[in-house]
Amino acid sequence: MDFSTFLWTTFAAFLTLATYSFLYKDNPFYKIAEHIVTGVAAGYFAILLWHNGLVPKLWFQRIDDGDWWWLWLNSSKPWYLIPAILGMLMWTRFSKKYQWVSRWPMALYIGISAGIAVPLEMSNRVNKQLYDTMADLNWANFFGQGTYAMFDTTSGLSQLLIVIGVVAALIYFFFSKAHTGLFGGVAKVGIWTLMIGFGASFGFTVMARISLFINRMQFLGGWGQEAFNASGTTPNPNYSAWYQVFFWLLALLVIGYAAYEIVKHLRSRKT
Amino acid sequence: MKRQIPVVLVGLFGLFMIFQYFVPHESSEWIYEFLLDWTIIIGIFAMALGLWSLYRVSVEKIRTRKPAWGYNYLTLVGLFTMMLFGFTSQNGEAWGWFFPFMVAANLTLVMIIQASVTKGHRGLFLGTAGVCLAVCIVIIIFDDTWGFHFETAEGLQSTMFRAFFDNILIPIFATMFSLLAFFIASAAYRAFRARNVMATLLLLAALIVMLRFNPYFGPLSPYMSKASNWLMNVPNLAAQRAIIIGVGLGIVATALKVILGIERGYMGKG
Repeated sequence: MDFSTFLWTTFAAFLTLATYSFLYKDNPFYKIAEHIVTGVAAGYFAILLWHNGLVPKLWFQRIDDGDWWWLWLNSSKPWYLIPAILGMLMWTRFSKKYQWVSRWPMALYIGISAGIAVPLEMSNRVNKQLYDTMADLNWANFFGQGTYAMFDTTSGLSQLLIVIGVVAALIYFFFSKAHTGLFGGVAKVGIWTLMIGFGASFGFTVMARISLFINRMQFLGGWGQEAFNASGTTPNPNYSAWYQVFFWLLALLVIGYAAYEIVKHLRSRKT
Repeated sequence: MKRQIPVVLVGLFGLFMIFQYFVPHESSEWIYEFLLDWTIIIGIFAMALGLWSLYRVSVEKIRTRKPAWGYNYLTLVGLFTMMLFGFTSQNGEAWGWFFPFMVAANLTLVMIIQASVTKGHRGLFLGTAGVCLAVCIVIIIFDDTWGFHFETAEGLQSTMFRAFFDNILIPIFATMFSLLAFFIASAAYRAFRARNVMATLLLLAALIVMLRFNPYFGPLSPYMSKASNWLMNVPNLAAQRAIIIGVGLGIVATALKVILGIERGYMGKG
């Protein structure tokens, strides 16, 4: 790793530690990371929208006369000026007198989005899930096969449990009828299905977060190894003492802040 | 006019978009793509509104000296710097006067902010901003080692844009998501107490899925793996399917309410 890359990695390590410092409490280092990421993320998405949305959709082209150049709309799609003008009308939100004009582009946007959503949601979410639930039962392999037949997800029994689970959970979500009698019993099966599902999803999410945490620890470990030229089998030919200097600077910052907080805590206990 | 036209627009475009879905003709497909492009373009202008809003809110916090107001400079400088990186790229290997330009451009921004928040010395700050801007313009005119690229996406590949993405955004986003491991653990403590049958089911399902990859379980791990796989693909699938169907029906119902003018919350007050 060359020195400039190491400096960037040191900055990334600082931001990682600053973000983790929130586990103790909200503090200046966390605020630094929080405010930097707000601005940089907004800038990043604005640039993405410009290059991947505005330029290709509005078809900017560069007109160059040798000395100067400027941008203008490609004449093949002049009607795209209409949404551009409508988009600009959104900016009337800053005027108390004319902010009602911003409802027009908003209405167009919402109308198109809602209209697209109705058939697409029915087709992609509702119908697709219903089709998959109503698949033929696997009678040839009803109780499962192999050493762990009980956990065979392709068995007819598992498929039947899915059908029962979906119907029961949907009945649990149906609030227009009181959950009593047989209806209430099925709704109870539904809530059991949902609880097992939530538990499994929760466990999966926890493991995903822990793997991310392990990844960040590996990143910090790798950065520490680079600082002492201890990563890999071949030593870094560009290595110098400056690598360690930046490592110790960051370590001092962490230790210094921890000491400051401990002293502050002890003083507050005395008083 | 203030409230009726938006309702008519929503109804017309909404019903038209539902109708076109059932027309199997290429012109219908073309109109669909065309109107989708319209929403993207309107969305881009809304993004500009969001950026301006971020600027105004940050400057307002600085002006009124709200708690932790000083950090808002970092937000604005981060935003401005990232946008400049996205519009610039090197013409060769040399950096030339790129970094002095960035410093001068950011100083211009900070001086403009200071001029808009200060009660006195406004002329001094505006003058300094003017000098910094002049420096920027001189560098742009005379330095050929880098340039602005508004119409091509070279900025997305520029070294500094990528460096900011790789070393600021990725580490902070990853760390923030991993922070949830700690908070989710404390939430699990409260949620997983086996107080009744349902809480016990939740606890058992979560435990089996979490212990699936645990290397210390040795001989039990094939059972854990199979059981976890079954839990994810049978009961969890059934629960998720019911939720997805419910969400889908909810979205359709809300969309129809909006199209028919029953739900008008998007218009706000006034």
